Amino acid sequence: MNQTQKQSQIAILILRLIAAFVVLILAFLIGYIFITGLPNVSWKFLTSPAKAFTAGGGIGVQLFNSIYLLILAMIISLPIALGASIYLSEYAKDNWFTSMIRTAIEILSSLPSVVVGLFGFLLFVVQFNYGFSIISGALTLTIFNLPLLTRNIEESLASVSDDQRQGGLGLGLSKYETIVHIVVPAALPGIISGVILCSGRVFGEAAALIYTAGQSAPALNFGDWNPFNIDSPLSPLRPAETLAVHIWKINSEGIMPDLTKVSSGSAAVLVLAILIFNLSARYVGRKIFEKMTSMN
Amino acid sequence: MQNQKLAKQLMKKSKTARYERFGHLLSLSALLLIMAIVLGIIIFIATKGLSTFFRDNISFKDFFTGVIWNPGTKTPSGQQAVGALPMIVGSFLVTILAAIVSTPFAIGTAVYMTEISPKRGAKILQPVTELLVGIPSVVYGFIGLSVVVPFVRNTFGGSGFGILSGTFVLFVMILPTIVSMTVDSLKAVPKYYRQASLALGATKWQTIWKVVLRAATPGILTAIVFGMARAFGEALAVQMVIGNAALMPHNLVSPASTLTSVLTAGMGNTVMGSLQNDALWSLALVLLIMSLLFNLMVHFIGRRGAFKK
Repeated sequence: MNQTQKQSQIAILILRLIAAFVVLILAFLIGYIFITGLPNVSWKFLTSPAKAFTAGGGIGVQLFNSIYLLILAMIISLPIALGASIYLSEYAKDNWFTSMIRTAIEILSSLPSVVVGLFGFLLFVVQFNYGFSIISGALTLTIFNLPLLTRNIEESLASVSDDQRQGGLGLGLSKYETIVHIVVPAALPGIISGVILCSGRVFGEAAALIYTAGQSAPALNFGDWNPFNIDSPLSPLRPAETLAVHIWKINSEGIMPDLTKVSSGSAAVLVLAILIFNLSARYVGRKIFEKMTSMN
Repeated sequence: MQNQKLAKQLMKKSKTARYERFGHLLSLSALLLIMAIVLGIIIFIATKGLSTFFRDNISFKDFFTGVIWNPGTKTPSGQQAVGALPMIVGSFLVTILAAIVSTPFAIGTAVYMTEISPKRGAKILQPVTELLVGIPSVVYGFIGLSVVVPFVRNTFGGSGFGILSGTFVLFVMILPTIVSMTVDSLKAVPKYYRQASLALGATKWQTIWKVVLRAATPGILTAIVFGMARAFGEALAVQMVIGNAALMPHNLVSPASTLTSVLTAGMGNTVMGSLQNDALWSLALVLLIMSLLFNLMVHFIGRRGAFKK
């Protein structure tokens, strides 16, 4: 074996070691989250309200807030992102206007989330006078979510084969009818995967929410589902601390006696939720594709 | 009469054409809304951020070179204490250190995933990195607080809060981002590059080092810049471990702060329109400008290094 071969083998060995080290870090990270966190997760922990000064509090309200905000943000952002991505993938010509808009979307997607949060604070909380509320939080999360969701949907629209479009146009449909009735349904599995993946990102976001949805979680009356009552869970004008904000807040305040337990439990719930989002994004997309095309 | 009616009907847009126009405009307006949001963010934050300089008459020099941050009070020499240099230095230090530490690990892992063991890479590493990209930053912050800070305290002394802990947390946070983007750029290198190199008698390592990595350099640089942009803009994870003292960092284990950490900690305690508040918006503006610069860098690298098909 000559020198270069030896050198090659040593280099590859080093690369293997690096990869192994990285796997070790990642495994430690995931292991740590679940091993320290999951023992603290119980049905009571998931459903009882938080206690600020005494041990034994849960994350019920925070969990509900996270889910409610996620659903609202998705309901608002999906039509906008769908419209924008339809334009980008189907109508946009290759000119300065399109490239300017693409740049704008790139800028939005790379903005630090704390900057998005401050903009939301300025516009929704102060200017529109919504205060620290669900609606301010949901609108801010929409801004945070739009660029990535638009890009995901655009990619799945672009991956629909051109034969489908030509088929639609050949049957005498207009371009928009072709898009609505042929292209979007064909891209549906990809769109749904994209929505689920973005949900994971929105679910764990905290920096954009601390000055928009607020850092307090008033007790909710789960018997009252009238959105116009302020202590109803559905009320859009109540402050709503989410799970991710909760982890940050109790750790920076350091008052709660069992904060390590509560935060490790909450972290495990967050990561578990994201794991479920990731796995179901693949699974649901594939299932829908199989169902629609009857390919098995 | 009948002819006129017919003519009118024929001259008018059909129902389908109107529907088409409606759809076109609908999708365009969604796009313009996004555009308006981006412009709105830039204009709002610029106006707020610049009022420190134009309404409160703080000079750019005091802001960018001053080292005492306590807006509303005066420095011993009689100027307003709005020196943002400690935070700017803190942000750049954690970002650059994190990038320096993660780059070799990220590239090594990516090379392993694409060149050495693609099967294991696709089966184990790919899903794991995808999951880690998605882990919320507060979770990283919490682990930093409960693992990294005590570790730094016991190994290097001090309180454990500081630039070093921030670097460790950001290193793990941006690692998956850089790995997954580097993998994409390595995969984009055409197979015949590798075949040609091996056919010339180069070893596997020579092929990786001299051909594949060279060809993928622009993509790898983009990945690193993306990682740095993420590190620079990261707020909560860093804020939880850096110690939040707006002082010039003396060493890597003394408490420090970054632009984002001061912003998140301070925004709630100031009154809108006061100097204290305006100064914070100026920090947000610096953050925004840096994010735009990172974007510009990505564009620049992308334009120079795109593969010609």
